[in-house]
Amino acid sequence: MKQLLLGDEAIALGALHAGLSGVYAYPGTPSTEITEYIQNSKLAKERNVHSRWCTNEKTAMEAALGMSYAGKRALVCMKHVGMNVCADAFVNSAITGVKGGLIVLAADDPSMHSSQNEQDSRFYAKFAMIPAFEPSNQQEAYDMMDKAFELSERLKEPVMLRVVTRLAHSRAAVEVSEPKAENRLDIAKESWVLLPGIARRKYDELIAKQPSMLEASEGSAYNKRENSADKKTGIIACGIAYNYVKEAAGSEYNVLKVSQYPMPVAKIKTLASECDEIIVMEDGQPVAEERVRNIIGDTCPVKGRLTGDLPRTGELTPDCVAKALGKKFGPAFEVAKNLAGRPPQLCQGCGHRDVYTALNKVAAEYPDHRIFGDIGCYTLGALPPFQALSSCVDMGASITMAKGAADAGLFPSIAVIGDSTFTHSGMTGLLDAVNDKSNITVIISDNLTTGMTGGQDSAGTNKFEQICLGLGVEPEHLHVVVPLPKNMEEITRIIKQEIEYNGVSVIIPRRECIQTAARHAKAAAKK
Amino acid sequence: MKKDIILCGVGGQGILSIATIIGEAATKAGINLKQAEVHGMSQRGGDVQSNLRLSTEQIWSDLIPQGGCDLVISMEPMEALRYLPYLSKDGVIVTSNKPFVNIPNYPDEKALFDELNALPHVVQLDIEQVAKDAGNPRGANVVLLGMAAKYLEIITPEQLREAIATIFARKGEAVVEGNLKAFDAANK
Repeated sequence: MKQLLLGDEAIALGALHAGLSGVYAYPGTPSTEITEYIQNSKLAKERNVHSRWCTNEKTAMEAALGMSYAGKRALVCMKHVGMNVCADAFVNSAITGVKGGLIVLAADDPSMHSSQNEQDSRFYAKFAMIPAFEPSNQQEAYDMMDKAFELSERLKEPVMLRVVTRLAHSRAAVEVSEPKAENRLDIAKESWVLLPGIARRKYDELIAKQPSMLEASEGSAYNKRENSADKKTGIIACGIAYNYVKEAAGSEYNVLKVSQYPMPVAKIKTLASECDEIIVMEDGQPVAEERVRNIIGDTCPVKGRLTGDLPRTGELTPDCVAKALGKKFGPAFEVAKNLAGRPPQLCQGCGHRDVYTALNKVAAEYPDHRIFGDIGCYTLGALPPFQALSSCVDMGASITMAKGAADAGLFPSIAVIGDSTFTHSGMTGLLDAVNDKSNITVIISDNLTTGMTGGQDSAGTNKFEQICLGLGVEPEHLHVVVPLPKNMEEITRIIKQEIEYNGVSVIIPRRECIQTAARHAKAAAKK
Repeated sequence: MKKDIILCGVGGQGILSIATIIGEAATKAGINLKQAEVHGMSQRGGDVQSNLRLSTEQIWSDLIPQGGCDLVISMEPMEALRYLPYLSKDGVIVTSNKPFVNIPNYPDEKALFDELNALPHVVQLDIEQVAKDAGNPRGANVVLLGMAAKYLEIITPEQLREAIATIFARKGEAVVEGNLKAFDAANK
């Protein structure tokens, strides 16, 4: 039976049909819809598959590893920068190995549609020395989940599945199969204690598995060779780059489609021996291009992003791939003259707006102030009309950067962070600031949800005052306000008062996200 | 036969619902489909677009190549212009003629419409007014779909009407009827 599925949904359904027992994730574009699909799935409900959101990617990765230890199939999902957050657990999961199949799903965002960088998660798979899959279409994404779980259980290693935005958020018909049963609980005792003596032995085991991983890639149906009589240019096309090659050139070229890593060495050498030049097409950073050069040395020239034949940055498009192949392409009409950019903006009526209105009002009295921002809808406070922020780096960095700047002598040093981002990675930084009695003012703009990714549950809802007090924030310097225009006088007074306090202050403006509030009102009206 | 479509507008105007209706009709008719959407940050009042590709042959790329788009369906006139480099020589633009001004530097409206009107194949309508007149003020996006129906070719208007009935069925008979009215009001 065929179903019309987003790439993310195909991944979710593929995992469920492969006997998934738990998905662990923190929302992040373009990966969010995987977990949401499982949360809404009838099959997942019947089977009681774990799907509640985690506090961050590290807690997600560790919980998934624990489920694998107990013998069941687990999936951990995140956007590419989430890999940085869970890197400690991720890299070490390759040393412990796994019992139940474990898939680490990394959704990369070349062109940074909704991200602060375009790092390529394939580096992480190589770094941890584990296999990775990279589907080129929705059907492969579905099929690969079961294959990846099987490979994970056969090699006893985690396996990465890497997708990019254009696959995660593109829909196509997918042929689906019957669901498999879940693994049984397996509590057979295994030691995953990475004390140096044991870790050395386990690391040797990981090294010893490398030839099996390569063998799996060499024999994989996903690393498929297409032959042509034209022996001039050979193309190595990774993941969705393959689609652009087919779009531009049909069956004109000798192509090696790569969708399973490590890169298949023998197949690459064969292609290089048959062609005058190799061009590597990959969405993301030049991971494969560097590896191909490393494999074939000077035997055959290699073109790609590093040689300027393809753009060095940004996602691939059918246009840049066609151009690299020397195809005639291009627009029939010029770029329009009467056109203006329309950047995203905070919704009208959003509480974050009132927070920035108040902050800007008070901050105007302190010309030397700096406001350190964080990741979420409220990052839009950097754009007009507010232009309030001086930084947005990574989850939680607002508090710690404000602290560091205050340590250096900046005053007033202010942090703005959302509720979900605070529990994701802000709490530990706040503890540092409390222990140091840093002179900072922290605004936790609490809209009771994870807003930017579409309104997922936020881990700390109803717990923020207790968390802050527990971390040692003084009760008299912890305030909760309701960000509405009518409360502007009170909010600005409290902000000013706390800026003047020489120590850590926390102000929590709390009002529900208007998007989730509308949804909740609609649901309530139905009842 | 193929039909490459760009659906566009401003976040919140309901372009993904149009895509869902066309997708349902295409799937039922056994036509191949790929539809790339934009989620996340750009939803918040920014420009949004979806590449919708329909074909009786295999579709490779999720994205439409420049100069390859057969039909731009736009909820907003300036947003229709944004995708000109993608429009094919004989491509058609079907658009609302009501500017959605939520930015301080929105272009001069006369110049904007002069540029739009100078293009070879443009169809414009005040879709919000038509939706109101049809008794379904929230159905402007379905009015737009009705306008675009005869240019879709690979799917018939009747197939689109069936898809509307299927998609809105869970919201009740009245919603189905309202949307069919909105569709019919512009499908001429």
